[in-house]
Amino acid sequence: MPSITYIEHNGTKHTVDVPVGSSVMRGAVDNNIPGIDADCGGECACATCHVHVDAAWLAATGARTAQEETMLSFANGTEDDSRLSCQIDVTPALDGLIVRMPAGQH
Amino acid sequence: MRHADVLSAGGGQAAVQLAASLRQGRFAGSIMIINDEPGLPCQRPPLSKAYLLGQIDEAALPLRPESFFAAQSIELLASTRVTAIDRAAQRVALSSGESIGYGHLALATGARNREIPGMAGALGLRTLADARVLRDALGTARSVAIIGAGFIGLEFAAVAAARGLAVTVIEAAPRALLRGVSAPMAEALVARHRAWGSRLLFGSAAETVMADLVLVAIGVIPNTELAEAAGLACANGIVVDATLLTADPAISAMGDCASFPTGSGRVRLESVQNAADHARCIAERLLGRPAPYAKVPWFWSDQGALKLQIAGLATGHDQTVIRGDADSDALSVFCFAGDRLLAVESLNRPAEHMAARALLARPHGLTPAQAADPGIDLRSV
Ligand SMILES: Cc1cc2nc3c(=O)[nH]c(=O)nc-3n(C[C@H](O)[C@H](O)[C@H](O)COP(=O)(O)OP(=O)(O)OC[C@H]3O[C@@H](n4cnc5c(N)ncnc54)[C@H](O)[C@@H]3O)c2cc1C
Ligand code: FES
Repeated sequence: MPSITYIEHNGTKHTVDVPVGSSVMRGAVDNNIPGIDADCGGECACATCHVHVDAAWLAATGARTAQEETMLSFANGTEDDSRLSCQIDVTPALDGLIVRMPAGQH
Repeated sequence: MRHADVLSAGGGQAAVQLAASLRQGRFAGSIMIINDEPGLPCQRPPLSKAYLLGQIDEAALPLRPESFFAAQSIELLASTRVTAIDRAAQRVALSSGESIGYGHLALATGARNREIPGMAGALGLRTLADARVLRDALGTARSVAIIGAGFIGLEFAAVAAARGLAVTVIEAAPRALLRGVSAPMAEALVARHRAWGSRLLFGSAAETVMADLVLVAIGVIPNTELAEAAGLACANGIVVDATLLTADPAISAMGDCASFPTGSGRVRLESVQNAADHARCIAERLLGRPAPYAKVPWFWSDQGALKLQIAGLATGHDQTVIRGDADSDALSVFCFAGDRLLAVESLNRPAEHMAARALLARPHGLTPAQAADPGIDLRSV
């Protein structure tokens, strides 16, 4: 199973195994990692699953979807490395992925 | 007698969020969730959308996997009802015969579908069990009559139309979503449903409709009986104060079953955001950081290719301003009371929805004139 490291805004690190076919959002929610709310359950409707993807992993995680792009352009603290984690599917190629959580999701 | 430091009566969106937020906040006490539905607590939104369309299967529905409850030491008693609350002794009685003591009790009993008496054979949609029956029925039925043009009725209409059924929606009110959205947004949605081939009938026109399948979707009744029997005030929901406490300091209420105060009167809302944010507010209080509940409500509803997102509460608006084209699939309706922005309803315009959530969180939002000027970037207001 791919291993993903989530780093909270305060620096706390959580490394967990997330099944292929799941999403980076689900990996955090299923393991109760603080910092990702994901209120819409992955519908790309809430933008409360915002993460910053580590520079080394930007290519591997791919491009934003159109809806995601729009949601992010209006979210707080969006940077070039911002993604909605429900829109990143977990694949074997993401083994070792590192994402960082923003200060808040609201 | 077993004891839980925090016990949730009802185990849906709100109860699961409360348990998760408490553990994220390093709450060290015992947590128990009592739920009358079998299995793991499920997300409801996909039940009227992706699940019925066959796009996802049941494995995708639980709010959290089994491993979550074990790892977070959250005890879930499924297929079990809380039958009574003994407030003096701080304990609840369960349908299993067991009694459990509580330090704090969170009422998270949700709501149940309103029914039409004597309408045998009609189906409803609230639980996974309901959705299973409907998914099977959709496989064989060729026509469906849907009673009620609210969110669930229209979402189901969109699914049934997409699956090729002949759809008739029957609504007693003069228009769709009378309590849910503004008139211009309701019109835009109804026009799309008609374009998909569905019939929508409003008001009291007399007509006989034949259908293989009947869905009743005429709203819900909050599950307040447990609280009422325990002597807690209920009026369209369990009455709580600004911190979501009932008159009993050891009992909170949250989610679909709770009636809470806002700047413009008491409300009871039925949305994932409301359930989750109520739970987070109560978790903070139980972690020693009490604060009044003050979140901007937001909601989404997917109907076919239409993604409706609502921020704020439109109730009481006397003026609307439209951005986008009312005859298109992409518009936002800004709802004002006088000069005060109350809500923004966005159809396939996620940017305006996101901007609205930020605007509504501020004391001085947008004026009608600013809303009407498409040259004004909402981010810069
Ligand atoms: C089909 C459908 C689609 C929806 N789509 C959307 C959407 O797109 N967007 C959105 O924001 N919201 C949507 N909602 C609304 C949202 O799902 C609810 O607002 C939310 O689930 C409320 O959470 P809750 O915890 O208050 O109640 P619930 O999730 O209903 O949980 C309450 C649980 O408590 C149980 N219970 C009741 N009494 C007792 C008792 N005495 N003892 C033990 N258990 C008890 C109930 O059986 C239920 O399982 C939808 C709802 C439905 C039904
Ligand atoms: S979970 Fe809502 S947008 Fe990702």
